[in-house]
Amino acid sequence: MSDATTESASTTAPEPSLLTRRRLPRWAPAGIGVASVALGVGIGVATGLSSRLQWGLIALLLFIGLTYVITARVEGRHQAKDRVATSLVWACFMVAVVPLYSLLQTTIAKGIKVLDGNFLTHSMGGVITMMPGGGVYHAIIGTLEQVGLASLIAVPIGLLTAVYLVEYGRGKLAKVVTFFVDVMTGVPSIVAGLFILSFWIIILGFGFSGFAGSLALAILMMPVVVRSTEEMLKLVPNELREASLALGVPKWRTILKVVLPTSIGGIMTGIMLAVARIAGETAPVLLLVFGNQLINNNPFSGAQSSLPYYVFEQYSNGNDASYNRAWAAALVLIGFVMILNLVARAIARWKAPRTGR
Amino acid sequence: MTLSTTNTTIPPPKAQKVVTQPGDRIFLGLSRGSGILLLVIMAAIAIFLTVRAVHAISHDHGNFLSTFEWNADQTPPVFGIAVLAYGTIISSVIAMVIAVPIGVGIALFISHYAPRRLASPLAYLVDLLAAVPSIVYGLWGAIYLVPNLQGLNLWLNEYLGWTGIFHKTDPSSSARSLFTVGILLAIMVLPIITNVSREVFRQVPKAHEEAALALGATRWEVIRMAVLPFARSGIISASMLGLGRALGETMAVAIVLSASPQLTIHLLDPAGGTFAQNIAAKFGEATDFGRDALIASGLVLFVITLLVNGAARLIIARRKEYSGANA
Amino acid sequence: MKFQRKSRLRALAFGAAAISGALVLTACGSDNNAGTSSSGGSSNTAAAGNITCAGKQANLLASGSTAQANAMQVWVKNYMQACPNTQINYKPTGSGAGQTEFLQGSTAFAGSDSALKPDQIAQSKQVCPGGGQAIDLPMVGGAIAVGYNLPGVSNLVLDAPTLAKIFNAQITTWNDPAIKKLNPGVTLPSTSIQAFHRSDSSGTTDNFTAYLGGAAPSAWSYPHDKAFKGKGGQSAAGSSGVAAQVKQTPGAIGYFELSYATADNLPTVKINTGASQAVEASSATASKAIATAKRVGTGNDLALKFDYATNVEGAYPITLVTYEIVCDKGNKPATLGATKSFLTYIASDAGQQNLSSMGYAPLPAEIATEVRQQINSLS
Repeated sequence: MSDATTESASTTAPEPSLLTRRRLPRWAPAGIGVASVALGVGIGVATGLSSRLQWGLIALLLFIGLTYVITARVEGRHQAKDRVATSLVWACFMVAVVPLYSLLQTTIAKGIKVLDGNFLTHSMGGVITMMPGGGVYHAIIGTLEQVGLASLIAVPIGLLTAVYLVEYGRGKLAKVVTFFVDVMTGVPSIVAGLFILSFWIIILGFGFSGFAGSLALAILMMPVVVRSTEEMLKLVPNELREASLALGVPKWRTILKVVLPTSIGGIMTGIMLAVARIAGETAPVLLLVFGNQLINNNPFSGAQSSLPYYVFEQYSNGNDASYNRAWAAALVLIGFVMILNLVARAIARWKAPRTGR
Repeated sequence: MTLSTTNTTIPPPKAQKVVTQPGDRIFLGLSRGSGILLLVIMAAIAIFLTVRAVHAISHDHGNFLSTFEWNADQTPPVFGIAVLAYGTIISSVIAMVIAVPIGVGIALFISHYAPRRLASPLAYLVDLLAAVPSIVYGLWGAIYLVPNLQGLNLWLNEYLGWTGIFHKTDPSSSARSLFTVGILLAIMVLPIITNVSREVFRQVPKAHEEAALALGATRWEVIRMAVLPFARSGIISASMLGLGRALGETMAVAIVLSASPQLTIHLLDPAGGTFAQNIAAKFGEATDFGRDALIASGLVLFVITLLVNGAARLIIARRKEYSGANA
Repeated sequence: MKFQRKSRLRALAFGAAAISGALVLTACGSDNNAGTSSSGGSSNTAAAGNITCAGKQANLLASGSTAQANAMQVWVKNYMQACPNTQINYKPTGSGAGQTEFLQGSTAFAGSDSALKPDQIAQSKQVCPGGGQAIDLPMVGGAIAVGYNLPGVSNLVLDAPTLAKIFNAQITTWNDPAIKKLNPGVTLPSTSIQAFHRSDSSGTTDNFTAYLGGAAPSAWSYPHDKAFKGKGGQSAAGSSGVAAQVKQTPGAIGYFELSYATADNLPTVKINTGASQAVEASSATASKAIATAKRVGTGNDLALKFDYATNVEGAYPITLVTYEIVCDKGNKPATLGATKSFLTYIASDAGQQNLSSMGYAPLPAEIATEVRQQINSLS
């Protein structure tokens, strides 16, 4: 599979075999789109619908309907289906972009108000929450350490388990593990927190600490890592494995050097999803890390804070200064995961063998 | 048209025969050990949950399955999961009905439709959205989504109210209903479904798509016949991960839903509850026994997740021939 | 292979950079907000004053009631300024969680909106070794305000039966005759009433419904409970959630601690108690009502019981008192000194004076004296 052929295939995908038929001009989808938006707004204004969301929905339905009718007339039904699929996929994108854009825009607009150097480098030490001031530094440290420790525990275990399930897994053990991974995806975060609370803090007698929180976060993280990695490993074509084994490469080196690198992009996505999930968890931190207004750099002893806990704490204070801090901290959290994501992608790109796409 | 070529190839030699090096034994030991460790953790959690849940349920003076209210801390305790199970399932079903097609659509858009220059930043943006903490979704839902859905709610009530499902008892009440929660959950799980599906779509063997194109298929036909069947297991897994989040979502639901111990088919009424929301709402004031009762409700959530996942595994197993590692 | 080795080197270099970056990061933060212009120096009334620090270094963990969280913040701030040796962490997660964590022995003291139950006191003997048990010390009083959002109406008066009927969905419009009767000369809209209660269990709901049941037993027949038992209405999570809903919903009414009404600029209902004038929620009027409370705790316990039907002039009847829960004997040696010193400060005149500026009610003199005596004898 050379680069050249895949390249041309993906760019000329809809072209072949249509040369002889009547075709809509290239601007047709855009034109239909503009027309339906105009109609949608027109209907919305005319009937006095209050919400813009409804205008959008009407425009969307019109767009899909019009596309089908027009294409069916000009190019035939075979092509019409393709056009409708295309417009549906575009529509999905549009429908999703609206709330997601609004979400990001709200967070940035509200978060940027108090986000400055002072906010990033100070804790809440000595700040009354009704007053402006204070910062998020202690929470950043807490999140970095807790998420870091949780990943250190969960990622190796998760990866190896997935490798076991896909590459070695036969028989009862694999089935039982698969079953429990499924169960684990359904563990509510507060239940994982309660489990560690009674096991680690009450029975074993350790105090509240960042590490206790990491243990609960690791429990939440493992099934996501296993499940997504498993899926990606399954997609590695058997031909690759067979080729490697045929060359006399031992199985473990085949897995490390062929299977994992081939699917590294997907695996990274899975790990990032897992990190993103646990980086936003409030409940385990509430139960196990206790929360703190001050900086505590040691995750193994003493109460810490974390970004989601900080957001929750400030939100419950219920005054404007606190709301501002909550949004700013949310923005910091998103930024944190964004940077992590970039790094993960970079690593994936270095490691992955080159493919057509 | 069968596009799958992988299942006709010779299966690789059996695992035992390949294990010839110490490295192999160590690696197998490590990966099997991880699996067992995971098993031990899960078993410990399951035992812990069951013991405490049984203790709570045996002291329940109501019927645990059919009681509406949740008063675990009063004497005698009366609590039940009817409203919570209903609310959790309904809101998750709404979320899945919306999010799975749209999520797959976006994934297709990124992998097959979008201009290349747009695809990569888009993928990145979606990754980012998976990272937004649920409490932020909750805050945003309360200040943006609820007011904006009020119009849609009233419209549904007016034209579809006769179905009962879309009947709104008090049209002046706000849109803080199970229906709104379902939409919010859909938005929350969208990035998860999109991310995993996108990765799966990228792995579809080029040869399959090219073969379909060579036979004169349109782009949609290529997707329908080559991409989707290959990716089916992945899409289901992605949906399950999303469903896991929707079922267990706590803070966003707690902020947006106007919870009450009422079971109603009028999805637009501000009423109802979910397991996770109830745990969050009752936990702060719960006594030891109250915590046990909440754990019992967590156990039910567990079982529900399990059933759904089991069903999904069954579907995947039936279509296994499309998987790459099917030997 | 060459490519792989190179990338591994790069990954290693990156990892090293990340770790050293994290190390640098741990060194650059600061707990000191005093230097920044915006830190709340103005509220810092009567800081150190008469705080007697505990000698040795200590780290106090405490958790519980959200209702006293704001007061705790100020106290902790002042105390830690005077005694940098001691770190205090108060986590406002709810009275029940506070009691549970205290009874598990994980915290030095708990804040609570309700007194301990007999079985909890029995349980506390395990964490207070040497014949001790947990006791309730009243510390912070407060008014529960009933906020509303009624454009054009700013002076709403209600009484207990009317409130009970509103929160029980028996009165559903603002121009109901019962409301009209209490507000002569006010034009009330015909819009429907959106009554908001708490969706989570809370001491605020417990105290509010205890008032409804105590002052209007015929209109409110439910037992008081941390979970709201009335019919109808909508719910929201937390006092902040209820306040936010009332603020954005015209026609809404809801209950929350007075400080939330102040923070959100919401008008509050004046209560017709049968006294000559309707009483407004404030720290002074709440203090007056708390002074009528009776002590019901036995032994060293100072738990209080309110007279909700009080018609004392200027006494606002919807009040709550939050307690600190400690062991009378058998507190952990590591934290005893700091706990005693901190509690002594917050029960002192200097500590109690901080309260009224934040919408809380200081303890009446008589109760405060008893509390101080009790704190002195903690061991």
